[in-house]
Amino acid sequence: MPGLEDLYREIILDHYRSPRNRGELESPPAQRVEGFNPLCGDEIVVYVRVEDDKVADIAIGGQGCSISQSSASMMTSAVKGKTLAEVAELAGTFKGMMSIHGSSLEGDTAELEPTTMELGDLEALRGVVKFPVRIKCATLSWNTLLQAIEEATTDGAES
Amino acid sequence: MTDPTPDISPLDTAEIRRDFPILDRDMNGKRLVFLDSAASSQKPRQVIDAMGAFYEHSYANVHRGVYAIAEEATNEMEGARSAVARFIGAPSAEIVFTKNATEALNLVAQSWGRANLGPGDAVVLTQMEHHANIVPWQMLSAELGFEIRWIPIQLDGFLDLSTLDVLLDGAKMVSITAMSNVTGTRPDLDLIIGAAHTAGALVTVDACQSVPHHRTDVAGMDADFVAFSAHKMCGPTGVGVLWGRAELLDAMPPFLGGGGMILDVTLDGFRPDAVPGKFEAGTPPIAETVGLKAAVEYLESIGMERIEAHEGRLTATAMRILTERFGDELTIHGPAEPAARGGVLSMTLADVHPHDLAQVLDTHAVCVRPGHHCAKPLMRVLGVGATARASVYLYNDEDDIHALADGLAEAADMFRL
Repeated sequence: MPGLEDLYREIILDHYRSPRNRGELESPPAQRVEGFNPLCGDEIVVYVRVEDDKVADIAIGGQGCSISQSSASMMTSAVKGKTLAEVAELAGTFKGMMSIHGSSLEGDTAELEPTTMELGDLEALRGVVKFPVRIKCATLSWNTLLQAIEEATTDGAES
Repeated sequence: MTDPTPDISPLDTAEIRRDFPILDRDMNGKRLVFLDSAASSQKPRQVIDAMGAFYEHSYANVHRGVYAIAEEATNEMEGARSAVARFIGAPSAEIVFTKNATEALNLVAQSWGRANLGPGDAVVLTQMEHHANIVPWQMLSAELGFEIRWIPIQLDGFLDLSTLDVLLDGAKMVSITAMSNVTGTRPDLDLIIGAAHTAGALVTVDACQSVPHHRTDVAGMDADFVAFSAHKMCGPTGVGVLWGRAELLDAMPPFLGGGGMILDVTLDGFRPDAVPGKFEAGTPPIAETVGLKAAVEYLESIGMERIEAHEGRLTATAMRILTERFGDELTIHGPAEPAARGGVLSMTLADVHPHDLAQVLDTHAVCVRPGHHCAKPLMRVLGVGATARASVYLYNDEDDIHALADGLAEAADMFRL
């Protein structure tokens, strides 16, 4: 049976206690999207300003569990300044890591599939996959971000 | 004849737990501590065996056959109807089997509501209702244009009844919970139902959290409709009950259409059957009604007054232990006085999100439920996105509360900011 140490790595608790990039961005010009976790109790607001095909600025609000909040915090650090293509690749890599089909539920997390892209702090969330119900906590911010980017670029909203 | 001095002798929870096979499960060396009966209750062997025996011995479709086992199956299901009727103090003919309480509430809204509500009318709910007693009315209101009014809930866990008369003025229906699945609040139904009737409104009671835990007498309640589910009262999923006064059910149009609820069908139309058949379209959850009958008999064999007294004592003990151990770090939402509430304890432990709390408790094999409990308007009043909810039933005891407290302490240490 997976232990809590697989889920609650120190870096996760660090991001939970000191979340990065919390706040609001004026929207417009930023895109504001709310996300809700089906495992009810997590709510997130993502503000993202897209400029020159890059994530020029990002901020997050809302309330939620340590997994959703730390994942959101790590996400903002990871995507700030990146191009939209890089963000899409990062999101795909992260969600792949979170997929219970793409990784083993048994055994050491070190034996899992290596990723194609540097995930940095996000690697710490690898253990979430052993607690399938919590996967939605980890992916909530990413799904909300992707929705925000899609809305921002579909509107043609660039400042 | 009612017993003037009901038996409230203590339960032998160790003996009761032996009736529930799942409570014997070894959870990685730990005892399963199930504190989530408000979401759904565990099932005693008697219920599980009754359903299995029915499938093995007497299963056939009901009301439609002449052969022996069809007759037996029909008798079993109608026997279940009688048992449920006796359990809540109603005539059999006023018991409608649905899929669950949510369907029962939708039935009242769509069948009674559609025939009786329009612009200028009002339905009164409370801010602490479960979504099952909110959304069906909102759906209907969007279509028919009537107003929904709200009895406010206070932070101390009690309804604010100061404006009740104003809210009831011109209202046609009050739909209210007998016990909140979040705060354990038990509204003063005598007062509210009396006031509603005086104002000319009918009353629907969401009894999901009360029927399993307290003796129910719908005649004494003076309600017009009562809804509850089997799965919260030691019965199986898939069957629920709507009780309604005969003259109301008789006047209401059908809810779902199909076989079993008609007297005649021609190319031009149909004639509905009498109540309760009118509201039971299609093949019913037959084995599930048999399970529900076994659940009723099981609870009756123990005694509802004993169960209520047990939960009352356990709730008081739990609140004492938890407040002594955690003080201001722990908020138990709802009425502070144990005697004023049911055995549902929604908690906020400082700095620890309910998901994380429930996760840590899981390592102790303690089952509590994190989330908004399908009561988002209530969550907003309480000022929280979610709580961690523990709830007690006849198979819980003080050891369970200590296991809960130990888990809470570990979570507090882990997540303290």
